[in-house]
Amino acid sequence: MLLPHSVILHGNYDGKGLVNILEFDNVSVVYPGNVEALKKVSLTINEGEFVVIVGLSGAGKSTLLRTVNRLVEPTEGKIRIEGRDITKLNKKELRRMRAQIGMIFQNFNLVNRSRVIRNVLAGRLSYVPTWRTLLGMFPAEDKEIALSALERVRISEKANVRADHLSGGQQQRVGIARALAQKPKIILADEPVASLDPPTSHAVMKDLRRINREDKITTLVNLHFIDLAQEYGERIIGLRDGELVFDGPSSEVDESVFEDIYGRSITDDDLRGGTQVGQGDRD
Amino acid sequence: MAKGTGTEAKKLAKVFWVDRLKKISAIGVIVIIYIWSARGVGFSLLEIVGELPSFFSLLGEMIPPNWAYSRRLIDPLLETIQIAILGTFFGAILTIPLTLLAANNITRNKYIYFFAKGLMNIFRTIPELLYAAILVAGIGLGAFSGMLAITIFSTVVIAKLTSESLEAISYGPLEALQAVGGNKLEMIRYAVVPQILPAYTSYSLYVFEINIRVSTVLGLVGAGGIGVPLQTSLNLFRYQNASMIILVTFILVMAIDYASTKLREVLV
Repeated sequence: MLLPHSVILHGNYDGKGLVNILEFDNVSVVYPGNVEALKKVSLTINEGEFVVIVGLSGAGKSTLLRTVNRLVEPTEGKIRIEGRDITKLNKKELRRMRAQIGMIFQNFNLVNRSRVIRNVLAGRLSYVPTWRTLLGMFPAEDKEIALSALERVRISEKANVRADHLSGGQQQRVGIARALAQKPKIILADEPVASLDPPTSHAVMKDLRRINREDKITTLVNLHFIDLAQEYGERIIGLRDGELVFDGPSSEVDESVFEDIYGRSITDDDLRGGTQVGQGDRD
Repeated sequence: MAKGTGTEAKKLAKVFWVDRLKKISAIGVIVIIYIWSARGVGFSLLEIVGELPSFFSLLGEMIPPNWAYSRRLIDPLLETIQIAILGTFFGAILTIPLTLLAANNITRNKYIYFFAKGLMNIFRTIPELLYAAILVAGIGLGAFSGMLAITIFSTVVIAKLTSESLEAISYGPLEALQAVGGNKLEMIRYAVVPQILPAYTSYSLYVFEINIRVSTVLGLVGAGGIGVPLQTSLNLFRYQNASMIILVTFILVMAIDYASTKLREVLV
C-alpha cells in the first residue's frame, strides 16, 4: 500500500474504504526524438488528497500532470479515473472527461484581451451547447457559477476588468476561478506560483488548499520550491529523470529526502521563502 | 612562433582580398542590371529635357480644372467608394477560413496547410488590375467586375498578413481551452479570435485604404468607378476635365485615409 497516511490525517476515510480516484499504471511517455519523459510510473491517488509533485525542471512533473487530462498522450500504460481507463477515450468522451478536470498554469493562460468573467465562463464551455458558446450566450445559471467561482477567490469585483489589467496574483486567482467554474473532481496545478512573488505565492497556495479542504477536490500541484511543498503538501511525490523516486506524507520528508529527489544538495533557489502570515490578500 | 604568425598574416591578407573581390563583383553585377534595364525602357536624359516644353504645355492645358464638370463626377466617385467598401467587406469575410487554414498552429494537417498557403501565394502574384481585366472580359464591363476583383485581392492580402500574426499568438490560452474540454470551434472563438482581432481589423482597414486607390484606376480597364471618366477625358484630350478628376481623386484618397486612421484608433 502506498499511502494510507494522508487520508487518515485529514479524515477522508468514509467508512467504506479509500476512494481511489486516479491511478497510474506503468505510465511511460516518450517524446519525439526518443526523449523519455516518464518511465513506468505507477501511482494511486485517493479522493480529496492534496498531492505535491516535486522534482527538478525536466524531471517529468509537467508531463505527469498533463497525462491526466491527456494534453500529453501516454506512450504506454493505463491511466484510470474513478476506475475508468482514459487512454482509450474517443474525442467526445475525452472532452467530457477534461470538463471534470480543472487545470491551473504557471503563466495563467488567460486570454489577456478578454474580460475576467469571460475567461472564467470558458470553464463552463463543456456544459453549454456549442451554438450558445459560439454566440457568447451563456445561460444565467452558468454566469452565476462563474461569478461565485470568482467570489471563492475574492476577486468578483474585477469581473468586468480586462484580464491583462490585473496583477500576476490576481490573474492566477482568475485561473483558479476558471478551474472552479468547471465544478471539477480533480484540479491539476502546473507550477502555479513560479511566476509570482513570495507573499502572493503563499496566498495562491492557501487558496488551493482551502478549496481542496472545503470542496474535497482532489488536487495535484507541481512545485519546485521545497519549502512550499513541505508546508502545503499532505503527500509528496518525487520525480527524478522521469522516474518515481519518492512517495510519502510530507511529515516524512526532510532535506535529505529532497536532496535525494533532486540528486544534488539543496540551495536557496529551491526555496520560495517569504512569510505566510497575514499577507494572503496583498494584491 | 614568428613563422606561424607570418602565415597567419598571409591568410588574413588573402581573406581580405577575396572579400574585396566579392564586393567589387557584386557592385559590377548590379550596375550591369541597371544599364540593361535602362536600355530596355529607352531611358534618356535628353528625352526628358527635350520633352519638358510639351509636358508643361500639357500642364497648362489642364489648368484651370473644369469646375463645372465636378457635378458629373459625383456618381462615379460614389461608385469608387462603393466598389472599395463592398470588395473589402467580402474579402474580409472570405479571408477568415483561408487565414485559419493557412496558419500552421491551427491547421495541423500539412497538406491542407500547404494547399491554403499555396493558393494564397498564387493568387497574390496576380495584380488587381489584371483580375479586373479578366473579369471584365468574362462577366462584362462595370463596377460589379471591379468589386469582384477587389474581393479576390483583399481576400488573399488580408489572409496573408493575418495568418502570419495568427502563427505568432501565444499558445497558453489555447492549451487552457483544450484543458477545459473545449472543441476546435470553441478554442478558435475563445482563445484565437480575441488574440487576433486587433491585427485582423487593422489589416482590413489597411487593405481598404489600398482598395480605394485601386478602385480609382479600375475604370482604365472598364471595371467602373472614377477611372471611367478619366479614361474618356484623356482619350478625348479633355485635359481640364482630367485635372478635375485627378483633383477629386486626390481629395477622396486623403479623406478616406483620414477616416481610416480615426476608425483604427477607435477599433484597435
